[in-house]
Amino acid sequence: MKILVRFLHYLALSAFLAFALFPLFWLLKVSVTPNDLLYAEGVRLWPSRMSFDHYGAVLRHSQFPLFFRNSLIVSLATAILATAAASAAGYAFSRFRFRGKAWITGLLLVSQMFPLVIIVAPIFRLLAPLGLTNSLSGLIVVYTAFNTPFAAFLMQSFFEAIPKDLEEAAMIDGASRFQALRQVVLPLTLPGLAATGGFVFSAAWSELLFALMLNSSASVSTFPAGMMGFISKFSVDFGQMMAAGILALLPVCAFFFLIQRHLVQGLTAGAVKG
Amino acid sequence: MKRAEPYLYTAPAVLLIAAVMLAPLITGLSYAFHDIILLDPLSGDFVGFDHFREMMEDDSFWTALSNTVSWTVLSVSLQFGFGLALALLLNRPMPGRRLVQALVFLPWAVPGFLSGLTWAWLFNPVIGPLPHWLTSLGLMTSAENILSDPHLALWGPIAANVWWGIPFFAITLLAALQSISKEIYEAASIDGAGPWLRFSRITLPLLAPTILLTVMLRTVWVANFAELIVVMTKGGPADSTQILSSYIFSLAFQRLDFGYASAVSAILLLLLLAYAASVMALRRVMADRG
Repeated sequence: MKILVRFLHYLALSAFLAFALFPLFWLLKVSVTPNDLLYAEGVRLWPSRMSFDHYGAVLRHSQFPLFFRNSLIVSLATAILATAAASAAGYAFSRFRFRGKAWITGLLLVSQMFPLVIIVAPIFRLLAPLGLTNSLSGLIVVYTAFNTPFAAFLMQSFFEAIPKDLEEAAMIDGASRFQALRQVVLPLTLPGLAATGGFVFSAAWSELLFALMLNSSASVSTFPAGMMGFISKFSVDFGQMMAAGILALLPVCAFFFLIQRHLVQGLTAGAVKG
Repeated sequence: MKRAEPYLYTAPAVLLIAAVMLAPLITGLSYAFHDIILLDPLSGDFVGFDHFREMMEDDSFWTALSNTVSWTVLSVSLQFGFGLALALLLNRPMPGRRLVQALVFLPWAVPGFLSGLTWAWLFNPVIGPLPHWLTSLGLMTSAENILSDPHLALWGPIAANVWWGIPFFAITLLAALQSISKEIYEAASIDGAGPWLRFSRITLPLLAPTILLTVMLRTVWVANFAELIVVMTKGGPADSTQILSSYIFSLAFQRLDFGYASAVSAILLLLLLAYAASVMALRRVMADRG
């Protein structure tokens, strides 16, 4: 009976694993299938001959390296700026009691509740006169604002795990609060900062709708927007598109494996607090 | 100086959110009452409730509204059901659990647009295996793309959404499961309660608050989530997969009719607020009884 239960447990988990990984496996499979075998061996699980031609073509003869660079700039800048703004706010939430705190928390919560699509038009009209449409800076500003609220709550829960005594001791020794924050608290929050930064990075890396709306020229397209343009133009080159897809996955998956545990920890702390 | 400190720390976040999200939200709501067409210098007049009257007679709007309900209810209930099952499976100790957990949560890291594309390819009979498998199983008469069949097309984005959203529920529910103390289960076992009784009398009631909150937040989020549909079907064929948020996007992006798009957004926002308020009220009633 015990063995049967354990067998069913593993069987069910394997089914979940297969369901989670199969689509990504298929992406990988088509990306290494040479063009002449693509249709002949359509439903085979692995091609009889592998080739990396699609990757070569994507990296050398398409605009994907440019899109990749744009996405990297936008996502890194967004991750740094949003994590900085969110740490400051999260620190204030965890350490101070002040007038208007409930209002500020409310503002952050409301900003997470409404359909973002309602502000597509106003944001376009706000950024256009400032020259921030068709520019990477415009996307950075917008993404930083979108991601700061959640990142602030995440940082708050990381700060709350650090005892107040530590920075108070430093302040008694003559450090200002900002010095104490920088030299005592932040080094202890590094895993939290990394998790928050990684979370914001992947959110910015994945965003499609605002990237399509705000930036129309290819020279400032991010990866998602560039890939959609590529698809509507060359919808038949499946091998190349899937190679590009695998390349788009690499940075986020790397981040995900590094931060996965910390992120679950932060979410748990937040969830328990309710 | 001391009193200003908390405001200095919160100022960057607050200013940014007020300027880039809150102010545009207010402008966006006001657009709903104006005739605003991008690149058209003659537009901009106040039109009162004209957009809302137009909406009442707009068949695409009503189709999108009913699709929004099917899309959201089916996606969220499947994500939740599978997510709860996965959380229960992962909550049992076993060797290699950490690795299995990282792998099974991986879809969560995949960018939304990419999971849409991946599933669109899986459903494509030229390149993907799904139509051939469904035909072999006798579920389809011939290997065709369900994304081009108006009766089935919505299942494509739903499949992608379920695949992508299971990890979120599994993570939150697993965290809640791990906070239930083992002693309660032991005491119940000693009293002779079997697995089903322990699940229905201990696990479910203790999880209920987390379940209610995450299902509510997720419902709002999924109803707003247009990306998969924009990527996989663009709302077609013949509006059969158009939901309100993807409809708003195509109104703004293709027709450049920002006024009408904002009016539809305002309705979506109202519906979601009404939904969230009623769930919160239900939660209060349940808490009072408990």
